[in-house]
Amino acid sequence: MMMAATLLSFLLPLAGAIVLGFSGGRLGPRASAAIGVGSVGLAALATAWALLTFSGDSQGFTLWTWVSVGEFQPTMGVVVDRLSLVMMSIITGVGFLIHLFAVWYMVGDAGITRFYAWMNLFVFSMLVLVLADNLLLLFLGWEGVGLCSYGLIGYYYQNEANGRAAFKAFIVTRTGDVFLALGLFLIFVELGTLDIGLVLEQAPRVWAEGSVTANLAALLVLGGALGKSAQVPLHTWLPDAMAGPTPVSALIHAATMVTAGVYLIARLNGLFLLAPDVMWLVGIIGALSLLLAAFAALAQTDIKRVLAYSTMSQIGYMFLALGVGAFDAAIFHLMTHAFFKALLFLSAGAVIISCHHEQDLSRLGGLWRKLPVAYAGFLAGGASLVALPLVTAGFFSKDEILWQAMASGHYGLFAAGLTGAVLTGLYTVRLILGIFHGQPRSDHARHPRPGTSPLRHHLPLAILAVLSTFVGAWLYPGLEVVFPPRPDDATNAGHTLFQFLATGAVLAGLALAGWLFLARRRWLDAKVGRGLGARLWILFNRAWGFDALFDRTLVRPWQTLVRVLRFDFINLGMNLPAVIARLCNAGLVRSQDGQLRTYAKVMVFGATVILVGLVMTQGGGA
Amino acid sequence: MELGFYLSGLVAVLATVGLISGSSPVHAVVYLIVSLIAVALVFFALGAPFAGALEIIVYAGAIMVLFVFVVMMLNLRPEAKRDPLWQRPGYWLGPSLLALVLLVALVALIGDGQAGMTIDGELITARDIGLTLFGPWLIVVELAAILLLAALVTASHVGRRNKPRGNRNRGGTR
Amino acid sequence: MTGIPMEHGLILAVILFSLGLAGLMLRRSMLFVLMSLEVMLNAAALAFVVGSTAWNQPEGQAMFLLVITLAAAEASVGLALMIQLYQRFRSLELHEVSRMRG
Repeated sequence: MMMAATLLSFLLPLAGAIVLGFSGGRLGPRASAAIGVGSVGLAALATAWALLTFSGDSQGFTLWTWVSVGEFQPTMGVVVDRLSLVMMSIITGVGFLIHLFAVWYMVGDAGITRFYAWMNLFVFSMLVLVLADNLLLLFLGWEGVGLCSYGLIGYYYQNEANGRAAFKAFIVTRTGDVFLALGLFLIFVELGTLDIGLVLEQAPRVWAEGSVTANLAALLVLGGALGKSAQVPLHTWLPDAMAGPTPVSALIHAATMVTAGVYLIARLNGLFLLAPDVMWLVGIIGALSLLLAAFAALAQTDIKRVLAYSTMSQIGYMFLALGVGAFDAAIFHLMTHAFFKALLFLSAGAVIISCHHEQDLSRLGGLWRKLPVAYAGFLAGGASLVALPLVTAGFFSKDEILWQAMASGHYGLFAAGLTGAVLTGLYTVRLILGIFHGQPRSDHARHPRPGTSPLRHHLPLAILAVLSTFVGAWLYPGLEVVFPPRPDDATNAGHTLFQFLATGAVLAGLALAGWLFLARRRWLDAKVGRGLGARLWILFNRAWGFDALFDRTLVRPWQTLVRVLRFDFINLGMNLPAVIARLCNAGLVRSQDGQLRTYAKVMVFGATVILVGLVMTQGGGA
Repeated sequence: MELGFYLSGLVAVLATVGLISGSSPVHAVVYLIVSLIAVALVFFALGAPFAGALEIIVYAGAIMVLFVFVVMMLNLRPEAKRDPLWQRPGYWLGPSLLALVLLVALVALIGDGQAGMTIDGELITARDIGLTLFGPWLIVVELAAILLLAALVTASHVGRRNKPRGNRNRGGTR
Repeated sequence: MTGIPMEHGLILAVILFSLGLAGLMLRRSMLFVLMSLEVMLNAAALAFVVGSTAWNQPEGQAMFLLVITLAAAEASVGLALMIQLYQRFRSLELHEVSRMRG
């Protein structure tokens, strides 16, 4: 029963994608939307069914064997346990709400069929990724979501910049994927299998803890996770990925795909536990990403870019949790983040559409009366993002991460997390104030066109808003059974103190934001306007200059190399036959002058030569 | 008989020379007819009356009538007036030399063949040929039939007047 | 009267053939080209008949029949092409109707 439901949950979006993808423009916008939303909606129902019939134990079954080459027999199999069920619920549930919202968002768009085909294919690929029972199938889903991400970032392909953003996302994540592929090769060579269960079972037997091979394998897998989850240093694609439609940003670049790296590391927890050094690195990278991104989010003017950097920062928290071994907390935050970040993106989408595609903070403002639904969405999502104590889902998950970091003795990471919490408060308040308060700063903001559809516009926002509150935190099933037990789980000493500390950090951030943006607005503007403040602003706005750095160190030298290689001598040698052929052609073309006489003469000349030759040889012989 | 062979052979060669050097199409056709009849006489002289008769009936009779019809229909003018190329040796010297060399080579080859083979003018009657043709050589008759059928179809297809397409093609050939 | 040496018959055929060939190469009007072809075919037929009578065998003359069939076919198709050519280009000069850009 449960397996049938699981199968349905990912085959339905595939069917939707195939029908839409091969319709060749025969489907109208209504039918496209019905198929696109309907398939994901049914998948969500199937997932709910699977949840209800789930027995509590991990269950798996093999669909078929992919290829069979000696010992290498990768299977097409799915495995359902608590972890994959949580992921499935997020993907289909949040995915369905976003698809529904997209009907409102994308209305009147010419490429609606293409949009839903890509979206359905994405949901399918993502489900394959989380359900796969072996790493090869997981890799298929992994690449599939990358492809869909590429197709959807470049959805408005008529604008060249969007195409470039899609390229960038594809190439940067591909860099990480190469590492992941290498990691898979290493795992297969060393362990002889790619089955996730067997890998986790055999890894401790084959590799000693901290051995070089184990470290290398974990490091390579981490490389893939970094690319997909937009962590330092492979994070530069995510802000540019906001070129896609906002529902895409909500689904792919906030709720699901970018968290695939977190899922991968959590899934391969046994492997990472064998490599403590890499675990440490994961934590450091998480902390670094969350701080860098939080600073960058402070200085963005595009509301979607603020949210993009915020996403990066929140995934940094998840990596931090993974780094200290708190896989459970990481997945918990993954789930709540999916809720509140999807809500924030959809609310942002509502603002953008209502304000005639205006998404520049400096041209919005004063919208809170006119767009109450979006405002409520932003408030609920933002509160969860800054982890407002007790009433929001984000509080519980972030609190868990920070507590685990502290309890396991990683005080440096803990401090980074606290700083990040303050910064989160700052940029969130700045974002909400910038959009909804103050004076409207453009005609678009003065005359918004609020969304009125209760089903397509209000309902997704309302459900996600409810899930962003403490209700969302209640839904979390707890994954202690999936992950290895933590050795120091029992220590509860200082938890109360810690909670005061965390709450204090959040409140301090909010207070600081209120003071800066409300009371000292003018002073702040003046500071940012010139001198050190201006330089800092530029630094943050450009996200610490990673793009420029990569451009200088990688892209430009590479282009130079390519330019040099274009004129290499081997290529000249390769071109020689072509040159000869062209010369022969020029020579032979002259002989084809279209004159019958010439042809007859040449023919007779040849016959004469042969005949004369014959006469000569016969005369010589006789 | 020998006299007939050499005389009519000479006539054939002279008529052919007249054909390839003349300028008027009608004269050329008449030269060709003369040449063909002369060759028919050669056949008679060699003792092949059936071949000679066929030569006159089919070649001189049927095929040449076709040529005459076409020449009449197209109303062709003599080409010499607008074709001063005969004054340019570079134009005709090469081909003539080539043909001459070929002739010499062929003659040399024939001269090298076994000598003493003579034609005594014994008759090969139509009956002999008919027995050969419709006995062991029946396949040749069938091939000839198919060839003629193909030629008929081709000629009637190619030769038909197709104004609209002709116009379009003329436009397309720049 | 000792009969005609076979070589003489063949040489006559070769002379006619060469003349036809020269005509083919020299003339530029399609009518003359076609007639030269006829001469060449006729020369080949003559060689067959000479062989037939020299050996007193009827097969050569059977081949002669095939050759004149061929000549008839060639003449009919060639003349049809020629009429078409004349209708399109108002000329039979082969160097004028060439559309090939060498």
